[in-house]
Amino acid sequence: MISLSHYLILAAILFAIGMVGIFLNRKNLIVLLMAIELMLLAVNINFVAFSHYLNDLSGQLFVFFILVVAAAESGIGLAILVVLFRNLSSIDVEDLDSLKG
Amino acid sequence: MEFKTLLFYIFSAVTIFAALRVITARNPVHAVLFLVLAFFNVSGLWLLLQAEFLALALVMVYVGAVMVLFLFVVMMLDINIERVRQGFWNNLPLGALVGLLMVGEMAVVLSGRYFGLASLPPRNLPADYSNTKELARVLYTDYAYPFEIASVILLVAIIVAVMLTLRRRKDTRGMRPVDQIAVKARDRMRLVKMAPEVESPVVVAKEGEQA
Repeated sequence: MISLSHYLILAAILFAIGMVGIFLNRKNLIVLLMAIELMLLAVNINFVAFSHYLNDLSGQLFVFFILVVAAAESGIGLAILVVLFRNLSSIDVEDLDSLKG
Repeated sequence: MEFKTLLFYIFSAVTIFAALRVITARNPVHAVLFLVLAFFNVSGLWLLLQAEFLALALVMVYVGAVMVLFLFVVMMLDINIERVRQGFWNNLPLGALVGLLMVGEMAVVLSGRYFGLASLPPRNLPADYSNTKELARVLYTDYAYPFEIASVILLVAIIVAVMLTLRRRKDTRGMRPVDQIAVKARDRMRLVKMAPEVESPVVVAKEGEQA
């Protein structure tokens, strides 16, 4: 029988994959955004699993709100990406040094 | 019960494979498509967890809208893959170390020995239980205020996305409604006072009409 810890470990693996994706794709801004989506997905799996096993619907509502915020975030992120590409012709993170940070 | 276990392992394996391909795919379009595959399989997992509304919302909203947006942007940008892939594997040792450490620690903590996570019984719901109806009941009562805030967040996101990517061309000849509304009658027409050219119109008696 599938227990809660199965789902939690699966979510941990997904989260770690998303984080390794951020390590690997240091140059590609769009894959960085996708890695963030993966991490959010892992968090959502945790919420749904807890909601199921603890018999509390609030977890699913939190997933609902996370989906809203993630959709807004990716929309704005992609808009910034498009503006960036229009000005720099590149999505390399290394090229974003106009603030000399 | 056995079939559900099998389904869980199938969905998990495909999800993990797709996630690995997302972060290592050479072509960003392939990465987006593998991310779609991962979302589909997670949606299946949520169906196993009896969260039907969220599973369908994930497919419709996330795969149908957000991933298509990603796909649009990836196809619109002309990415120099060779340059982006340069030094791709340099950070792998550190990343893999941190990732494996995280998964290992989480597995030790969550494997069910400590918090009694393995002994929690799954929910047994009747067949006529409506997940959507129950979610709506909670959403529109206890969470009505956060729900309104979520809608405002979406509105702000729309406005920001439009304003960021809006580009005014210099050579357009469109009308400007602000100027049209603000115009006054005296800007367009000038009334001048001047002496009349003829003092009074000369009435010429028409002989023919009298006869």
